[in-house]
Amino acid sequence: MNWQVHLPALALAVPLLGAFLSLVVGLGGRFLRNTWMVCVSIATTAICVMLLQRVLAGGTMVYVMGGESWNFTLPSGLSWPIRIIIQVDAFSAFMAATSSIAALAGAFFSLRFMDKFTGLEKFSALYFLLVAGMLGMQITGDLFNFFVFLEIASVASFGLIAFWRDRPEAVEASFKYMVVSTVSAMFVLIAVGFLYGRYNAVNIAAVARMLHMGYAEKIALVFLVVSLAMKSGAVPMHMWTPDAYAEAPAGVTCLLVAVSQASLYGLFRVCFTLYGVTAGSVVIPWTIIVMGVLSMFIGVTMAVIQKEMKRLMAYHSVSQIGYILLALGVGLLSLKDPQAMADYGFTAMKGGIFHILNYTMYKGLLFLSAGAVFYSAGTRDLNELGGLARNMPQTTFMFVIAAAAIAGLPPFNGFVSKLLIYQTTFAVYPLLAVAALVTSVLTLASFIKVFQTAFLGPARKAFEKVAEAPVSMLFGMAVLTLVIVVVTLFPGWTLSHLVEPAAKALVDQAGYISAVMGGGL
Amino acid sequence: MTGNAPFLVVGVVFLLGIYAILTERNLIKIAIGISLLEASANLLLIVLGYRTGGSVPIFTLAGDVKTMVLPTPQALTLTAIVIGLATSALLLSLVMLLYRHYGTLDVREIRRLRG
Repeated sequence: MNWQVHLPALALAVPLLGAFLSLVVGLGGRFLRNTWMVCVSIATTAICVMLLQRVLAGGTMVYVMGGESWNFTLPSGLSWPIRIIIQVDAFSAFMAATSSIAALAGAFFSLRFMDKFTGLEKFSALYFLLVAGMLGMQITGDLFNFFVFLEIASVASFGLIAFWRDRPEAVEASFKYMVVSTVSAMFVLIAVGFLYGRYNAVNIAAVARMLHMGYAEKIALVFLVVSLAMKSGAVPMHMWTPDAYAEAPAGVTCLLVAVSQASLYGLFRVCFTLYGVTAGSVVIPWTIIVMGVLSMFIGVTMAVIQKEMKRLMAYHSVSQIGYILLALGVGLLSLKDPQAMADYGFTAMKGGIFHILNYTMYKGLLFLSAGAVFYSAGTRDLNELGGLARNMPQTTFMFVIAAAAIAGLPPFNGFVSKLLIYQTTFAVYPLLAVAALVTSVLTLASFIKVFQTAFLGPARKAFEKVAEAPVSMLFGMAVLTLVIVVVTLFPGWTLSHLVEPAAKALVDQAGYISAVMGGGL
Repeated sequence: MTGNAPFLVVGVVFLLGIYAILTERNLIKIAIGISLLEASANLLLIVLGYRTGGSVPIFTLAGDVKTMVLPTPQALTLTAIVIGLATSALLLSLVMLLYRHYGTLDVREIRRLRG
């Protein structure tokens, strides 16, 4: 027995404790508060990375909250679990590690970025609450708890988006996000109600074992897919994304990118693990694929015409979410057919999951560099910016890396995951690959536009005195740059050691079920 | 016999909530729509746990009770009500801030973010 079995619980306990104690620590002044923020984010990231290591080495971890023992999933000889169970398989651990790195970078960045404002102890409390909600969504093994963490994450992010509450735009963006995400959370709750009514259980593994398709299950599936797609910012309901991403403080936007991934995680957990092959191989996969293609294309075409840096990047988020939806939709399409799965489905899922990692890293970095420009130059309007490469060489360097990665230029990591997606979607339907390629070209075009107008060009009088961003902000950006460079240099290692186990875990419905239902006694 | 009538009420309240969110132009009315949606979700959970003629699910000094209603949905509903309270409070405070900034509650005029 060693302490590492408690890692799943610690991954939730540490950020929650960090959130509530930061109000107390904040009384001790700015230095203490900043130290606290750094310590808690480093601890959270370390826990998530250790969790990933342990899950990769030892298989799915189960943790029972409030039971007699941490692995006692079926108490008193019952045949269904009644306690609150945290279940971490390779996919959950992969997501948790990825998003906790983004949270770490955002926290470092926010130390200096927010220093012109008051009420910062509340900022860090909401920040860690958001981290706790996000990690909770990714590692819970319980549908109702998924709803609870979804709401925790949503409520924290409303507060953070509207943090600059003297700006009407920020409040407006927060209100839009609030309406969308409260409605989608209620949809999730109604779906949970339907599944509970049928199976008297809210544990994902228990429901998945008993599940067979009927009207109630179909209604629940539709509610879950619609609501989680809404929350992740896919196209029919994408209008909150640019507002919320552009108006939130940059460090928060970096975290919000990771939070939207948690909703995507929920979507795939529902489709692959909860429903699996019973979800059917036509309607739901094609809905996800079509949503993906529309998100890619509409997102990128809206991005090309934007004049404001963060808004432009936010529209790219919509299109990048499209890639992930497309890839995993293809995976879902081939779930029933082992031959198709071996031919292209599994590779598509690897591409999609790899893209989740890449997207979180480079998108976070792009938003942080836009924030650094805003911090130093005081504006985000591309018509006003120009020639900043002279003043901000480090920021420019990191921006170029991120922009090359998102545009999918070889040899960057974005190229690898996009290549996997092109190859496999071509096998399903060539037009899908064409849409993905066109999107990639337009992405490149719009980032060349940003790079050219903001960083290159003649020096402008207004920006003569602009200085490089402070060290702690650069450090936050460097964390993400480091991950991008490592993944770029070792794509083969990443694919075989991180991405493939995650994809396998997602496909392996029986393994997920047996981890809870198999024993414990 | 009530039968399926409670589920009908859930459906009606749900549709009213969706209708209000989609068509109303006043921010307060949109907030009311969201509250209706929450109410329908909570009612659904409670109705799912109801057993005809069941009593309160408390074992201590229960006497000779044959059926009890299910306790889990009630616990879920309590949690959902608390969360709903938090979101409603935050929603209304955002409405207040919006009114302070824009001087109106009409969604058609609160449109500084577009395109």
